[in-house]
Amino acid sequence: MTAQPRIWDIPGGIHPPQNKHQSTARGLEQMPLPARLVLPLLQHIGNRAVPVVQIGERVLKGQLIAEANGPLSCPVHAPTSGIVRAIEPAPYPHASGLAELAIILESDGQDEWTELRPLLDYRDEQPLNLLDRIRAAGISGLGGAGFPTAVKLASRPDHHIDTLIINGTECEPYITADDMTMRHRAPQIVAGIEVLMHILKPDQVLIGIEDNKPEAIAAMREAVGERPMQVVVIPTKYPSGGEKQLIQILTGKEVPSGGLPADIGILCQNVGTALAVHDAVLLGRPLISRITTLTGAALERPTNVEALIGTPIADLLAFAGLRQNRLYRLVMGGPMMGFTLLDSSAPIIKTSNCLLAGTIEELPPPPPALPCIRCGLCAEACPAELLPQQLHWFAIGKDYEQLQRQNLFDCIECGACAYVCPSSIPLVQYFRAGKAEIRGIELQQSRAEHSRQRFEQRQERLEREAEQRELERQARAEKAARAKAAREAQAAQQQTEQSEQATEPKPAEPDLARIQSRKVTTLSAEQKQLKIAAATARMALQRAQKQLAANPDNADLQAQIPTLEQAFTQAQQAFDAQMSDQEKQ
Amino acid sequence: MSIILTAVVILLILALIFGALLGYAAIRFRVEGDPIVEQINALLPQTQCGQCGHPGCKPYAEGIANGEPINKCPPGGETTIQALADLLDVEALPLDGEHGEEKPRTVAFIREAECIGCTKCIQACPVDAILGAAKHMHTVIVDECTGCDLCVEPCPVDCIDMLPIAVTPQNWGWDFPRPAHQLIATDAQRGAA
Repeated sequence: MTAQPRIWDIPGGIHPPQNKHQSTARGLEQMPLPARLVLPLLQHIGNRAVPVVQIGERVLKGQLIAEANGPLSCPVHAPTSGIVRAIEPAPYPHASGLAELAIILESDGQDEWTELRPLLDYRDEQPLNLLDRIRAAGISGLGGAGFPTAVKLASRPDHHIDTLIINGTECEPYITADDMTMRHRAPQIVAGIEVLMHILKPDQVLIGIEDNKPEAIAAMREAVGERPMQVVVIPTKYPSGGEKQLIQILTGKEVPSGGLPADIGILCQNVGTALAVHDAVLLGRPLISRITTLTGAALERPTNVEALIGTPIADLLAFAGLRQNRLYRLVMGGPMMGFTLLDSSAPIIKTSNCLLAGTIEELPPPPPALPCIRCGLCAEACPAELLPQQLHWFAIGKDYEQLQRQNLFDCIECGACAYVCPSSIPLVQYFRAGKAEIRGIELQQSRAEHSRQRFEQRQERLEREAEQRELERQARAEKAARAKAAREAQAAQQQTEQSEQATEPKPAEPDLARIQSRKVTTLSAEQKQLKIAAATARMALQRAQKQLAANPDNADLQAQIPTLEQAFTQAQQAFDAQMSDQEKQ
Repeated sequence: MSIILTAVVILLILALIFGALLGYAAIRFRVEGDPIVEQINALLPQTQCGQCGHPGCKPYAEGIANGEPINKCPPGGETTIQALADLLDVEALPLDGEHGEEKPRTVAFIREAECIGCTKCIQACPVDAILGAAKHMHTVIVDECTGCDLCVEPCPVDCIDMLPIAVTPQNWGWDFPRPAHQLIATDAQRGAA
């Protein structure tokens, strides 16, 4: 083991009560198989997955049930074997409390695996094939945001990743899921990191863990052994576990505003994601379960469980002994960044790292907000070096331009400012609302621009069509005028010819002229009818001849041919006679 | 006398030189189109709905540039009026009710079973967001629809509805907290994050 490398500090930060010991006493427990699983099609950032199973179909554990829709999307797999009962909007763990399309799977209790394809010698594989495997396993960041991992790994193909950071910080109070993952799955995590190293070929690998997790640090150090990665112990401070904050602590570099860590050659992955990568590559298993903390004073036995994704929250709370009368507020995530759940029939999804069932003493209702006194504590607490009081001021005035100028989008919504605010102003909610408004306005503007282009293109097309029609009309008018002139000239010529040499036989040239002039002659109704009759007769004759050629033995057809021939000749003669009559006139 | 003559000649020559210079500059640095119209047009919502009385947003932008009131655009609503007032440095007026009210954005939906395939709505759509052919069912490309309403009136069988855009977890956004003076202590938690 090498010596502890240098670490840096982040600006701001707070030290809220840890409350982590409650859920670590019972180790890592297995959640019993639930009877019914709710699998939302949107468990990640990006496009909703598309179901590939039918209602009533039996699926096996690990079978693909919804495929990724586009590059920024994640497939969903069946967490156990059973019957697909419905594909419908179902309760969804989201701050909005809105329903989301989900596949409802009824477990058959057999937990029968589909055929898995483990890849033990992944070192012989191309990194691209491994990325495909990670994509196909439906892995999205398990730390909380849920960004598709394969996309993140390939986000800047032109940049070399020199530092791979594995995030085991887990700085938010109450949550111990990553701690438990490292204590109980350290060798697998390290194997997963090795897969990531094979894909990215980084110069160094840093595993950041806060110093309040001595067991996890020991387990990880043991699992790492002599491998080229370093476990870096960092002081406990909230929010050290934020991606940009951890990068700053471990490397002293700052991610540029609006940029990605990959822009400065760094990539950050959660320990849970490394474990999922191990399962996907070395075991061939898709992401169908995760480790989740069940905690809060309203639970009799707070603990950590490995639960199938899609397990209803009510089942998990029952497993941990929920005392319904003590429950005041149910939060998904931690007390700082989590959101209140309104419906406990919603399931846990790939990003759910903690369920906090708080009593009224634990999560008291915030006192009413008082006016800002400009004390500046929020600016001191902000890990992103923003000015929350200014942002608050502009958010109240809905001055979106100023909000953007004050770098609102660098806010990581950690809640440190609201935590220290003596006036109890819900600052983060102002910032979230401000971001939502600005995004809405930007979306509207881009849509307006798109509509404008379509409208203008349509106008151009209509103009072009009108011009075209006008040109065609003119061409027709000219042609008609020319024909009329030719007819008149013809008539005049014939008159002179007839008057000059009435008896002389007609030469070839006038014949040609006659045919040409006939083409442009407008036919009378009677002539038209005759012409049509002749054409019909010719068609009938040709059809009969064709049929006869196909089956020469048909006696009926043979008999028909002479009749048709005769009919055609008659019709044609009648028409010709009529035409020549006209010309003589 | 000759002094006056010299002065007149000199002034005349100067006038000619500067006149030529200005004339050249007018041609050389000619501004294509009217940029203020483009700027106004960029602020309009581009629904092309014609509620302002103009056949599209661009003509209304030209109208505004020629001194028309800025409060004739119901789809843009107060936000657009405010933005136009800022741009043109005029007073923001309340929306003119004569041209319609500000409503949440909608999209057209064709009840396909009832569609007779007359193509009238296709011709009415200003952004080509309706797809179909004569005597074949038509349908709306939701992503392209601006919710302008123009297809509803021409439909001979009234099979087009204007539906509000559904709120999903994907397009949902946080609301601003209610101001403190509107909250009483016992329901403060509902207004907080």
